[in-house]
Amino acid sequence: MTVDMTQFYQVFFEESSELLAEMETLLLKVDLAAPDTEELNAIFRVAHSIKGGASTFGFTDMTEVTHVLESLLDRVRKGELALTSEMVDVFLKARDVVTGQLAGHRGDGKADPVAAQTVCDSLKYLAGGITAPLPMKKGPGSIDSSILAPFSGAAVAVPAASEVCYQIQFVMPEAANADALEKLRTNLAALGKVESVGAPVSGVAGGNHVWRLVSAAPDTDIWEAMAFAVDPAGLKIEQEAADPGYGFFDAFHAAIVPADPVASPVTSTAAAPEPKRRATDAPDAAPPNRGRRESDKATAADATSIRVGVEKVDQLINLAGELVITQAMLTQTASQLDPVQHEKLLNGLAQLDRNTRDLQESVMSIRMMPISFVFSRFPRVVRDLAAKLNKEVELKTVGETTELDKGLIEKIADPLNHLVRNSIDHGIEMPEKRRAAGKPEKGTITLRAFHQGGNIVIEVADDGAGLSRERILAKALSQGMNVPDSIADQEVWQLIFAAGFSTAEVVTDVSGRGVGMDVVKRNIQALGGSVEIDSTFGAGTRMSIRLPLTLAILDGLSVKVGDQLFIIPLNHIIESLQPAASDVKSVRNQGTVVHVRGEYLPVLKSHEIFNIPPVAADTGMGIMVILESDGVKKALFVDELVGQHQVVIKSLESNYRRIRGVSGATIMGDGKVAMIIDAGMLVRGMKPELRAAA
Amino acid sequence: MSQAIQSTPSKQGAVAATAAAGGEFLTFTLGNEEYGVDILKVQEIRGYDAITKIANAPEFIKGVVNLRGIIVPIVDMRIKFNLGNVEYNQFTVVIILNVCGRVVGMVVDGVSDVIMLSPDKIKPAPDFSAQFDIEYLIGLGTVDQRMLILVDIEKLMNGRDMALMNEYAEAA
Repeated sequence: MTVDMTQFYQVFFEESSELLAEMETLLLKVDLAAPDTEELNAIFRVAHSIKGGASTFGFTDMTEVTHVLESLLDRVRKGELALTSEMVDVFLKARDVVTGQLAGHRGDGKADPVAAQTVCDSLKYLAGGITAPLPMKKGPGSIDSSILAPFSGAAVAVPAASEVCYQIQFVMPEAANADALEKLRTNLAALGKVESVGAPVSGVAGGNHVWRLVSAAPDTDIWEAMAFAVDPAGLKIEQEAADPGYGFFDAFHAAIVPADPVASPVTSTAAAPEPKRRATDAPDAAPPNRGRRESDKATAADATSIRVGVEKVDQLINLAGELVITQAMLTQTASQLDPVQHEKLLNGLAQLDRNTRDLQESVMSIRMMPISFVFSRFPRVVRDLAAKLNKEVELKTVGETTELDKGLIEKIADPLNHLVRNSIDHGIEMPEKRRAAGKPEKGTITLRAFHQGGNIVIEVADDGAGLSRERILAKALSQGMNVPDSIADQEVWQLIFAAGFSTAEVVTDVSGRGVGMDVVKRNIQALGGSVEIDSTFGAGTRMSIRLPLTLAILDGLSVKVGDQLFIIPLNHIIESLQPAASDVKSVRNQGTVVHVRGEYLPVLKSHEIFNIPPVAADTGMGIMVILESDGVKKALFVDELVGQHQVVIKSLESNYRRIRGVSGATIMGDGKVAMIIDAGMLVRGMKPELRAAA
Repeated sequence: MSQAIQSTPSKQGAVAATAAAGGEFLTFTLGNEEYGVDILKVQEIRGYDAITKIANAPEFIKGVVNLRGIIVPIVDMRIKFNLGNVEYNQFTVVIILNVCGRVVGMVVDGVSDVIMLSPDKIKPAPDFSAQFDIEYLIGLGTVDQRMLILVDIEKLMNGRDMALMNEYAEAA
């Protein structure tokens, strides 16, 4: 029976992407001195799962790399090999290669076979396998005594294919001392991996000992080694049934490939007693200490989530929005009823109001994801970039569980990336300079996220050189910008957002061209947010990005222009007032300004903009709504204020084209459509052709 | 674009005769004339009410309405084609169309019935190109004594002069 596998590709691609991301996070987090067993298992599982899926679909290039990766990871997690930072680097490279191969299969990238081959070679070399061109630190035959160790109770020795697990029981004479025991251990270690399973009261060498030895050597060799030091009468050597792992790794037993082609060449050359490959560059004598954690914590967490397509979630959000509108309509209709007569009905409606609001909040929260999804990619970025620039940088993240809308997450990643790269490139100084300035050589970049009001604030802070007011002002003047000397610091910093603005002395491929910051600002503004900068020269810089928590709902002020209802977004409104007739002046008989608290603000006449016959006879009879966008203020003249509402933004453009001056539409409580005014665009300036007939 | 599938090739200026393979047409009236559109493009028929004007839109685009949560623009074909009495009362009918993924409504004088037309009942539209653009006409259909002006509603709604699409809107 032939099954069309292509239908399952998508699931495999998605899952593999997630697994690879998880692998990178774990690799960057792993503590080389004491790697967590569960973490190592998780990394192994990633390689194993991807290998399985890849071979099902016939993606042989991925299968090859993940197979070699998996073998090496298996040995690391079993304790046969210690994890070195070199290995972590190769693992990261392998992960990159697999990501590239995945992209190639998915059709949006090209796999790099050369890199794949290089990585496979590196992995095999690290495993001490087939091609070992460089001499290993300890040659075969030498006794690796420096590595001998106090055993932690949880060290697991698992026999590989041709090895056997021996249990050695012996009795040390009462008068024996610790040195003799050590010597015995040393000799035995030449044969294989030794661990103590039972010992007399600690500190006392004499008494009954039980040791476990994993070795490929025949038991006659063991007898010889032991009988030398202990009474043969009390010596018992037995083969243990292979019991790897004490049940730690039950689920993954199947994963241990008995005839592992990479591992076996190593172990089969045990004819000459060769010390098993040990921690070749462990500075201290201890083999890696393994922390014992609750196993399968991760799998338990996985079982409580399900994958849902984004369209379903969006549909749910739409329906919840509809419900809110319908409920608002009901409330409005019911408000005209006599409250006494219809008390039960009104109570029911109030209850409905609460339920609807709760439902809507829950539904909106479905799309909310923790910002750690964005933050998680930065350790890698920082690590790579710092290495490239020869700087020492540490990344701290605070508030990773802060949630924001999924759509925002994808869009905020790029600007954040740019800000972080800027911080590393321009902010953090070279280690020598930092030392000279009395700062710690390692610079710190802090990513922080928190909720404030109806917004989420994301901060990128560094303890680097800070922004130089003089240099920025000088650059601005040299570019022809008209900036008075006395402007506030805050506004000086905002200058760096101007297109083409850069005070970098050297343009690198990382930054310096003056292109990035204005793109960052524009992208953030497109999301309805804003960027602020705070900086102290010599101490550091902090950039704060403020974003609205949700894109679909807007707080607005409804106003009447003629007989039509418009909504003005609240975040652009500073105030509204009814001006005295004497405060409204005309300029050159064409424009109008209004005098508000010492400022003259240009007046935008909504009737003219939207071509609606005015109700108010003159400007004295209407209301001025002061709008602000990007530091520019203008006054919008409308006929009356109606009220403040929270409205659901509906798309105009799906069926019609974009209308100038209007950013969207919404449905009011009475079912009628109201236009949402694009305040930002009105303030920033409209072209005259707006008024021409379409 | 044009394929004349008449079995007898006609030289009578069959300019824009698209593959008129017949089909079901919803007929409606505009003034004294009867029109027909492909029934598959029709989503629903409703009355005319609660319209919100669009600023600076051409005359025949009356505005937008809320159709169960979707914002739908409404055009008045009577104004566009310069036909009939343009008044709005309880008898005014709006045909909601679904063309090219967009939902658009058009105001007509009245809706008649759905008629099945076989290809032989559809004649190519005569050449009026001097007077008006017949790009939108599929042809002329004959049923009993009636002549139906069959309109390619997709071409019409997406056409340049309807200015419903972003591409045709005034440049920023």
